[in-house]
Amino acid sequence: MPVPDAAVIARKDRLVARLREVLPMDAVISDISETRAYECDGLTAYRCPPLCAVLPANTAEVAAILKICHELNVPVVPRGSGTSLAGGALPTADSVIIGVAKMNGVIETNYDDRYIRVQTGRTNLSVTGAVETNGFFYAPDPSSQLACAIAGNIAMNSGGAHCLKYGVTTNNLLGVTMVMMDGTIIEIGGAHLDAGGLDLLGVICGSEGQLGVVTEATLRILHKPEGARPVLMGYDNSEVAGQVVTDIIKAGVLPVAIEFMDRPCIEATEKFAQAGYPMCEALLIVEVEGSDAEIDAQLALIMEIARKHNPVELREAKSADEAARIWLGRKSAFGAMGQINDYMCLDGTIPVSALPFVLKRIGEMSKEFGLDVGNVFHAGDGNMHPLILFDANKEGDLELCEAMGAEILKLCVEVGGCLTGEHGVGIEKRDLMHVQFATADLEAQMAVKDVFDPKWLLNPAKVFPLDSSSPRRAA
Amino acid sequence: MTPKTETDLAQMITDASGPLRITGGGTRPIGRVIGTPLDLSALSGVTLYEPGALTLVAQAGTPVAEIETLLAAENQRLAFEPMDHRALLGTTGTPTIGGIVAANVSGPRRISVGAARDFMLGVRFVDGSGTVIKNGGRVMKNVTGYDLVKLMSGSYGTLGVLTEVSLKVLPAVETSLTLTLKNLDDSTAIKAMSAALCSPFEVTGVAHTPSTATTHFRLEGFAVSVAYRADELSKKLAPFGRTTEAQTDWAAIRDVHAFAKQEGDVWRISVKPSDAAALVAKLGAVSVQYDWGGGLIWALCPEGHDLRAAMGHTAGHATLIRGKGCGPTFHPEPAPIAAITAGLRAKFDPRNILNPGIMS
Ligand SMILES: Cc1cc2nc3c(=O)[nH]c(=O)nc-3n(C[C@H](O)[C@H](O)[C@H](O)COP(=O)(O)OP(=O)(O)OC[C@H]3O[C@@H](n4cnc5c(N)ncnc54)[C@H](O)[C@@H]3O)c2cc1C
Repeated sequence: MPVPDAAVIARKDRLVARLREVLPMDAVISDISETRAYECDGLTAYRCPPLCAVLPANTAEVAAILKICHELNVPVVPRGSGTSLAGGALPTADSVIIGVAKMNGVIETNYDDRYIRVQTGRTNLSVTGAVETNGFFYAPDPSSQLACAIAGNIAMNSGGAHCLKYGVTTNNLLGVTMVMMDGTIIEIGGAHLDAGGLDLLGVICGSEGQLGVVTEATLRILHKPEGARPVLMGYDNSEVAGQVVTDIIKAGVLPVAIEFMDRPCIEATEKFAQAGYPMCEALLIVEVEGSDAEIDAQLALIMEIARKHNPVELREAKSADEAARIWLGRKSAFGAMGQINDYMCLDGTIPVSALPFVLKRIGEMSKEFGLDVGNVFHAGDGNMHPLILFDANKEGDLELCEAMGAEILKLCVEVGGCLTGEHGVGIEKRDLMHVQFATADLEAQMAVKDVFDPKWLLNPAKVFPLDSSSPRRAA
Repeated sequence: MTPKTETDLAQMITDASGPLRITGGGTRPIGRVIGTPLDLSALSGVTLYEPGALTLVAQAGTPVAEIETLLAAENQRLAFEPMDHRALLGTTGTPTIGGIVAANVSGPRRISVGAARDFMLGVRFVDGSGTVIKNGGRVMKNVTGYDLVKLMSGSYGTLGVLTEVSLKVLPAVETSLTLTLKNLDDSTAIKAMSAALCSPFEVTGVAHTPSTATTHFRLEGFAVSVAYRADELSKKLAPFGRTTEAQTDWAAIRDVHAFAKQEGDVWRISVKPSDAAALVAKLGAVSVQYDWGGGLIWALCPEGHDLRAAMGHTAGHATLIRGKGCGPTFHPEPAPIAAITAGLRAKFDPRNILNPGIMS
């Protein structure tokens, strides 16, 4: 991270006093023993307590805070639930954390027009929770949905297991209330569809807290499908599994999810969760939705394709219990790998056709670097999640792991993919951005930030390589 | 000017001494703009198509028809069902994929699968200084850096001239079936459309034509599934009347054929469906057509009618698609949003030469 601004740190008392003028006593956290709670997000290898943290209760308070920080030239790091795996919510010593966790209310639900309006501190799962008794749900479902907030989902444009059918956050976001760095409150979009002018909502979604602090959001809700059912297939070769995925997609069926796990991941999860998975090179979970008869028809087609490729195992869930067992292993995969060792989770995306080649290369890199890797990911859309195992207590292991991670991400870009499919750039992939983008490409993105945040105070040291953003941050 | 390559185009923009009017096929002359014509039709051709990955990359000037033919051969399609503006606007050119992206053109299926912008995976464009910029890519999930792909979609060439787009395509469907309800007034029709959209039966088109008092519900998919859902949807719609199966011409709804031969201004209004009927009642339109479950209103108005005054404070936006209208073509924005928009234009097109003023 860049060297913190000593002048800002020196003015801490004045800053805290000003913030206390506009916020209740307990909403300003400045004691070092308490600011430590905000020292990191899900990327725990990097930590730094902020200058102070503030917990506003509404949009007006956020505006008041930002006005003060803008006037005093203090950097601001917005924070939802702090589950980012990219260091998106990592503070710097000279920054104020604005945590929206207290802002978790539902403002309006409208079933006729199929939307819900919430404060952005609300967790992803509790958005569905607010509408499910009426038969509705909010589609994007990151694995972290119990904890992560809509604020972070919007900032990272988060995805989930079911995005093959329902899309990611940006496809389900209708409008936001956002506070600009100078304290101006703006409304973008709403309950209607599409932008009347430039699609600003589209660029705000996925901007990693660098364009404004999003305080309220209008989200599209959908009626739940009548039912869903998964099948599990095992193959003794990942190339064949890749072909099955392609054949299913080409056949015109659009499953809601196609998940992939490789042998190291299967072994780890079996030990951990005993889901009854076959020991094989590649396991696929394919889920379809609809009424019973519709599911039967779709699965018949999928099973026929699966059989043609000689599976070592092919198992259709015959009951809710069996369905849960099929998903159990997949859902415990991260936890299971975590039992073995510390891990780093990558999330580059590749064209589906490059899957066998990329898996083979990752296997070779694993040998070269001497670190184990398990692969579990969304196969339908090519969003990989290689989990590299390392030992945080072993000198040099983290650095080795990061070096290997960088090689894998470069490979993703080389085969026509990208550095990150859903976790975001944060600090983690910041300095790899040159691999994917030319200088002009990055300049164009930074020009957008110039317009929204001319002083570059909002989450300034993220997303863009430090050498690229330094003239702007220093200005 | 007709650039043959991206490099040509970049040079032409660098050398330009005044405003440029960017055209693909010239079939969607929306918004008023003057300038030297810059014709993108020679930048044409599909450069990559991977049916198994549901992705296609094409140069901006590629005819939409060429893409649709290619997709059809693999039993796939552009799911957002882009409208063809020719009949409505009386134009004759060849619609291009770049035009669709630049104007974010979708059709009735927008309500179930999303708009053109939701299917865009990547873009290459030349900005107003002649710099070539790329954003996004050709994979379905990508959050690497800011999403300028969305920003470019619907920017009508004002931030840059598109040279290449990559997009997500979807499987075509085995069968399609339309149910209709008759004789509902606008407000009841919207309730019926909402009921259909608030069901698990996945309607992919919900439109209402007041002139014939017909409400249309489209189901698509595998034959068994469509038959099942048609039965269930009919039961769900029973409070609104008996549904009948009909041969609705969805392309005619998509392209607003009803207004093609009629005189007057044509406005396109996006609102939340439950506001639509009350809005139409005070709009002063000669005729309207509802799509997207009521969320999209096509309004035919007397020439020069002040539609926005009639709209008042209803949340949403109205765009003048044809005719003289009254006031700006695009919906006026509140001051802070207008300032951001102007700021972005100044960054991407500092000389203000790319379709200047088209979005006002
Ligand atoms: C076990 C685990 C599983 C995960 N699985 C998935 C998955 O399946 N799919 C997926 O996409 N991600 C996944 N993630 C990553 C993470 O959960 C998402 O990125 C999530 O959206 C972050 O939300 P958050 O509220 O925790 O945000 P935070 O971590 O608090 O912040 C994330 C980013 O959002 C910005 N931000 C926060 N609040 C605001 C605001 N109000 N206004 C503007 N910017 C703001 C921050 O500055 C930061 O850049 C997973 C993480 C973990 C730990």
